[in-house]
Amino acid sequence: MKHTISALVENKFGVLARIAGLFSARGFNISSLAVGETEDPSVSRMTIVVEGDDKTLEQIKKQLNKLIDIIKVVDFKEGKFLDRELILIKVAVSAKTREAILEAVESSGARIENAGSKSISIEAAGDETKIKALLELLRPFGILEVVRTGRIAMSIDDKGLSAGGKPEVNE
Amino acid sequence: MKLSGAQILIESLKCEGVDIIFGYPGGQVLPIFDALYDAPVKLILTRHEQAAAHAADGYARATGKVGVCLATSGPGATNLVTGIATAYMDSIPMVAITGQVKTFLIGNDAFQEADITGITRPITKHNYLVEDIKDLARIIKEAFHIASTGRQGPVLIDFPSDIQLQETEFHYPEKVDIRGYNPTYEGHPGQIKRAAKAISESKRPILYVGGGVISSNASEEVRHLAIDNDIPVTTTLLGLGAFPQDNPLSLGMLGMHGTAYANHSIMESDLIIAVGARFDDRVTGKLDEFAPNAKVIHIDIDPASVSKSVEVDIPIVGDAKEVLKELNKSVKKPDTKEWLKKIDDWKKKHPLRHKDDDKIRPQYVLEEIWKATKGEAIIATEVGQNQMWAAQFYKFLKPRTMLSSGGLGTMGYGFPAAIGAQLGKPGAVVWDIAGDGSIQMNIQELATAVINKLPVKVAILNNGCLGMVRQWQELFYKKRYSYTMLGGVCPDFVKLAESYGALGIRVTKKDEVRRAIDKAMKTNTCVFIDFHIEQEENVFPMVPAGQAINKMIDGLA
Repeated sequence: MKHTISALVENKFGVLARIAGLFSARGFNISSLAVGETEDPSVSRMTIVVEGDDKTLEQIKKQLNKLIDIIKVVDFKEGKFLDRELILIKVAVSAKTREAILEAVESSGARIENAGSKSISIEAAGDETKIKALLELLRPFGILEVVRTGRIAMSIDDKGLSAGGKPEVNE
Repeated sequence: MKLSGAQILIESLKCEGVDIIFGYPGGQVLPIFDALYDAPVKLILTRHEQAAAHAADGYARATGKVGVCLATSGPGATNLVTGIATAYMDSIPMVAITGQVKTFLIGNDAFQEADITGITRPITKHNYLVEDIKDLARIIKEAFHIASTGRQGPVLIDFPSDIQLQETEFHYPEKVDIRGYNPTYEGHPGQIKRAAKAISESKRPILYVGGGVISSNASEEVRHLAIDNDIPVTTTLLGLGAFPQDNPLSLGMLGMHGTAYANHSIMESDLIIAVGARFDDRVTGKLDEFAPNAKVIHIDIDPASVSKSVEVDIPIVGDAKEVLKELNKSVKKPDTKEWLKKIDDWKKKHPLRHKDDDKIRPQYVLEEIWKATKGEAIIATEVGQNQMWAAQFYKFLKPRTMLSSGGLGTMGYGFPAAIGAQLGKPGAVVWDIAGDGSIQMNIQELATAVINKLPVKVAILNNGCLGMVRQWQELFYKKRYSYTMLGGVCPDFVKLAESYGALGIRVTKKDEVRRAIDKAMKTNTCVFIDFHIEQEENVFPMVPAGQAINKMIDGLA
């Protein structure tokens, strides 16, 4: 089963290597990993998608928590979070298929970013279901290249997993 | 006042109460060595960096303080790696300091450059590369804090030589503030209550005690829990000494080479009280068949150790000492009379025994060393048969007297660890139980022992081979002794010891054993005793790999 783990980590060099090293040393498999700064520049957020049973997931979380540079780890459960992935897809195109591709892209809410005579480059963002559906839709036309960012996720709780520090709000 | 980076290191070590460190000089630590020249912090110059790390480890295990080692960049740093990994696997508090090439050369494949923070990432609790002299004091403070708190372990500081020369104001921080590091010390009161109830209701409880009890200085609390409630105690290799083995409740060590009665007891128990132990594969044997009817209470400071292999019913994350103190307040004594009687029968039926004839049996050597030292010596071991015989036949009575590489199983650990222990405990009698194979892995430390006038005694159980591997080849590889024979008399350990200025004694007859031990005890210098033992001697009982731990082979039956 796939799990989405979100970790707040110190924004320092070497932290990514520590986490990647931990996964390889303990034989955990990373499906995807996305890293970026948070609202607090000293903190980065890593969204890690891992595959494994509950016991493996529990061990991964505990081992991550042991790393000194990891500030907090949460495991996003069904329904309580938003998850998105950005994907770029290059599809082969011919005069015959152009119309059908444009239609497929439009119906799925994706965007055409570049349309050439032999290929069309498409951008889409969405959760896993949406991305999967789009790929299935485009597969018959001939997918030439796929680039994915990996999943990012955010809790939809009012508090969630923020990096701390109160935001300035103009009311 | 402004101090150089090297001086800040020395001042910080003083603030941490460090008066002795182990190390070896080199190009990228010259400023540090210059600062050490007239510093009150004494450096013990080993003859190999690996030995410096093991000596710091032995010092830490014997004293409970953080062990410190120092090496230069590149090969100096990589030579520390085995020692750091050894400390990591056994959760030993250590701070390793390595020189690094100048900051502007890092990443250039400079002379004697190695990415030691990268190399040691998986074998340190944490590590640092000093990039700015302003961070130095804080980093040292954090390193000692991280090494010595929570589940202890080694921390490495990589220290570029240009920063050793830069200057800044020195303020040693009083507190650390690490937002990602907050170990739990106090156990959850509800869980402690549940544990107390489970103990009170149990009929066949057993305490399974590991190195965590030694680290947290919780032996006293373990004794209370066991003795006040008539609960038998078995320990892991690293837990030896946590409970006195002359107490009738002691079952000795469990696991692959544990006592038969410890293994039978844990397998048939209805409640395992695990304290500071981690259900290692050498302890559990075949996991699916381990203690099938037992409920498990697990007290450990590391949440990741809980339910890692064996499913735990009542986990208590916290410091062993703190948790046991609380637990001892609320346990009602269970009725274990029948259980103890059953265990007594096992003890009578399957005692720990060995061949007793006119030959020098290694177990006999251990028993004689035990008698000569009244069970109060600090015993370091190498790894292999010598280690298991020591664990089985030296009846440890006190914590911090057993120094052995349990997790990593590092040959060459014992001698430098014994040196570190002797420096930390100058009044103690320190023995290293060695094999003729493993002693040669750090034999150059004879120089360190002799020059520093350390009366470390080394008992070489010389069987002319790599005994444990030979044993496996005999039992499981059709006696095909592939590259395990060392050729018997090479080197001449007596002459070798003498060439360093140590005392060498050769023992080839059984009636010379005790005399040699007594002579070693009376000698004020390092002693090597070369005991010529039977090559065919094996370690029994033994649980073959992958078997349940009550499926023991006893070679004597």
